[in-house]
Amino acid sequence: MADSPVAIGRLAGPAAALFIALLIGSAFAAVLWRGGGDLSLGPSDVAALRFTVLQALASAAISVALAIPIARALARRSFPGRALLVTLLGAPFILPVIVAVLGLIAVFGRAGWANVALGAAGLPPLSIYGAHGVVLAHVFFNLPLATRLILQGWDAVPAERFRLASALGLPPRTVFAVLEWPILARIVPGAFALVFAVCLTSFAVALILGGGPRATTLELAIYEAFRFEFDLSRAASLSLIQLALASVAAALALWLVPVLPRAPGLGRAPQRFAPGGWRRIADAGIITLAAAFLLLPIAALILRGAPALLSLPAPVWQAAGTSVQIAALSTAVMLALALPMTAGIASARSGQAEAVGLLGLAASPLTIGTGWFILLHPRTDPAAWTLVITATVNAMMALPFALRTLVPAMRDVLANHARLAASLGVVGPRFWGVVALPLLRPQIGFAAGLCAALSIGDLGVVALFAAPDQATLPLQMARLMGAYRMEAAAGAALLLMVLAFTAFWVFDRWGRASA
Amino acid sequence: MKHLLTIAATLAATTALGDAPVLTVYTYDSFVSDWGPGPQVEAAFEATCGCDLQFVAAGDGAALLSRLRLEGARTAADIVLGLDTNLTAAAAETGLFAPHSLDVAYDLPVAFNDPLFVPFDWGYFAFMMNADAEMPDSMTALAASDLKIVIQDPRSSTPGLGLLMWVKTAYGEDAPTIWSGLADNVLTVTKGWSEAYGLFLEGEADAVLSYTTSQAYHAIAENDDSRVFAPFSEGHYMQIEVAGKVAGSDQPELADAFLAFMVSDGFQSVIPTTNWMYPAVTPSTGLPQGYAALPLPDKALILPAAEAAAIRDEALEEWLTALSQ
Repeated sequence: MADSPVAIGRLAGPAAALFIALLIGSAFAAVLWRGGGDLSLGPSDVAALRFTVLQALASAAISVALAIPIARALARRSFPGRALLVTLLGAPFILPVIVAVLGLIAVFGRAGWANVALGAAGLPPLSIYGAHGVVLAHVFFNLPLATRLILQGWDAVPAERFRLASALGLPPRTVFAVLEWPILARIVPGAFALVFAVCLTSFAVALILGGGPRATTLELAIYEAFRFEFDLSRAASLSLIQLALASVAAALALWLVPVLPRAPGLGRAPQRFAPGGWRRIADAGIITLAAAFLLLPIAALILRGAPALLSLPAPVWQAAGTSVQIAALSTAVMLALALPMTAGIASARSGQAEAVGLLGLAASPLTIGTGWFILLHPRTDPAAWTLVITATVNAMMALPFALRTLVPAMRDVLANHARLAASLGVVGPRFWGVVALPLLRPQIGFAAGLCAALSIGDLGVVALFAAPDQATLPLQMARLMGAYRMEAAAGAALLLMVLAFTAFWVFDRWGRASA
Repeated sequence: MKHLLTIAATLAATTALGDAPVLTVYTYDSFVSDWGPGPQVEAAFEATCGCDLQFVAAGDGAALLSRLRLEGARTAADIVLGLDTNLTAAAAETGLFAPHSLDVAYDLPVAFNDPLFVPFDWGYFAFMMNADAEMPDSMTALAASDLKIVIQDPRSSTPGLGLLMWVKTAYGEDAPTIWSGLADNVLTVTKGWSEAYGLFLEGEADAVLSYTTSQAYHAIAENDDSRVFAPFSEGHYMQIEVAGKVAGSDQPELADAFLAFMVSDGFQSVIPTTNWMYPAVTPSTGLPQGYAALPLPDKALILPAAEAAAIRDEALEEWLTALSQ
């Protein structure tokens, strides 16, 4: 595409990718250097590697497999409250891990609702603790993400096509082969890779639900190497393995799968054409089950936290303010990285650069934080850099999700409008202002909302750098729990959830208000 | 932009206090939290020292030591507060600590004398349970029971490591047998104390590894007598939390003054109801009511720092083997 009108993406895209690679690379190098420069592994690291890969594969496979029927049911049915439900179903993904795990335990734990119901029915209890609990939690987190990505693909099929299929009376099987399969082939590998990468770095879930040292993930082994053994070379080695795994996943998903061209449509609001009969009932059942699985734990959190919400101590509100500021900054940094990268990737024929985005997610936050601590400490007080580093790391974590949703949309924008715009001389900044940004607005809103919500819930690097008076909401919640104040912590968890969800809703709403 | 204002305000405040020397104390996170001892300790010390006491928080005791090792001799810390005796051997090895000159009669169940570190509080590890549950009276009884317990990972949590030492000290060669007996009682292993305690309070487990003083918390702060610890006949392992002066400190006199303040009433009287541990020196006002009523274990177990460090890896290996079956 020699005449690509997105001139900004030309240099800024690779520059943003390079920036991320440098950020990760220098942090890893710093840890490795301080550790003596050797790569080394402990005896239990092979077991950790095996468990990490297996649980991530299982979590990704189950999340994506379940997301397909849910997305299809949501895509082809219209019912009152559908838009609200679609938004609500995204909630688990933006929940802070510890909060979500508490919700899951309230529903599926030993004393949870599910077991109370099973006990009342005279059935044996089920246990959430063990490898299957880790997978269950990961599916809970990532099913919304996978569903949302696949649903976006579905919604992007021009409405005329489904109308035509309906007018021709094509049987569902043919509709699937002609219209739906191409969508899945395009969306599913990327969604799978993304969920796999998310689960690779999982830490808190495995620790609470894993049931014991069998469920040791790489990220946990990295944590132990830093905290327990102070073995920096082992920490660096494990981090590199984690990155390599994510790279393989990214390579498989993004390089081997061709970029499918999409047909232009009229951009009209989708009208839903769906088969009736038993499929209608099946779709209703699927939607109900998904809603129950994803929303019951959230209902439990609301019930648990509501009594304490209004009497939360002042430092919690203060921390909420800090978290909102960090979220705003993180979102700005994320967009500054994601938009040029999107243009760069979408203009290319394959998705190599997107792999760099995925690395940001798979790089251990603990290693990045420690690496930057090592680099900054001799020169300046790392605490003064808390805000910048936290925002950058948060932005990097959200970047792969942003790229996943922005890139396909940008490809469409370029395919449908690039030639006309170029012939009219609408290029560079004007192309962005007049064509790309308005058309990408829904995806930008979604990506910004995701980044803001994830930043609000992130404990990550802040704990490594922050001065005591810079406590974020997740840190303050951890402190309440550490001071026996579980009731207040439940209130803080609810506040965290409400804030994260509001942040997402505001941006997402802004994005969709354009249509 | 509010943050810029905050930074500007902080700078202004620092300038206003410009003449007052700054004492930097590295400690664990829960110490500085609004519900911990930090705020009261800071106010009390600053009232007498003519200085600016600044806390820097880093995770837990183990994270604190990691941070110090990362910073090395360039550390800004004058005092490191919050290591326990399982960490002091490694801390001493860094060569970053200077000897103290305090000679204090500590109210500890065991003799304590360390040239580098001064104790500020202590506690007994114990399994907390509901008062109406059937109480095991030893590790063996617990292992034989159907009780579900939540413990912490010794690689990420100081109580978790404490339990490892407890079993090893009480049972020695038989520790692997105890652990394989306990394996089916372990519901899950958490990263830190608070997740484990939260699970217990949610009713997920019958018992949780904590401290005997958790009982005092429920009695004092919540007026609740239904959460009690199970006294074990083999004795209870202790945690002694200490602080040390950093050798490269640019405020050595102030650091000495802080250590002396640390074992005085102004500091010690704050500990029982904020850090929920026994004070290292009982304050002149005595212990709070809930503490006085707390049963004392028959036997206090603890390994000297060097021994604890020496058996750590072996004990961990036994734990991993038993719980990975």
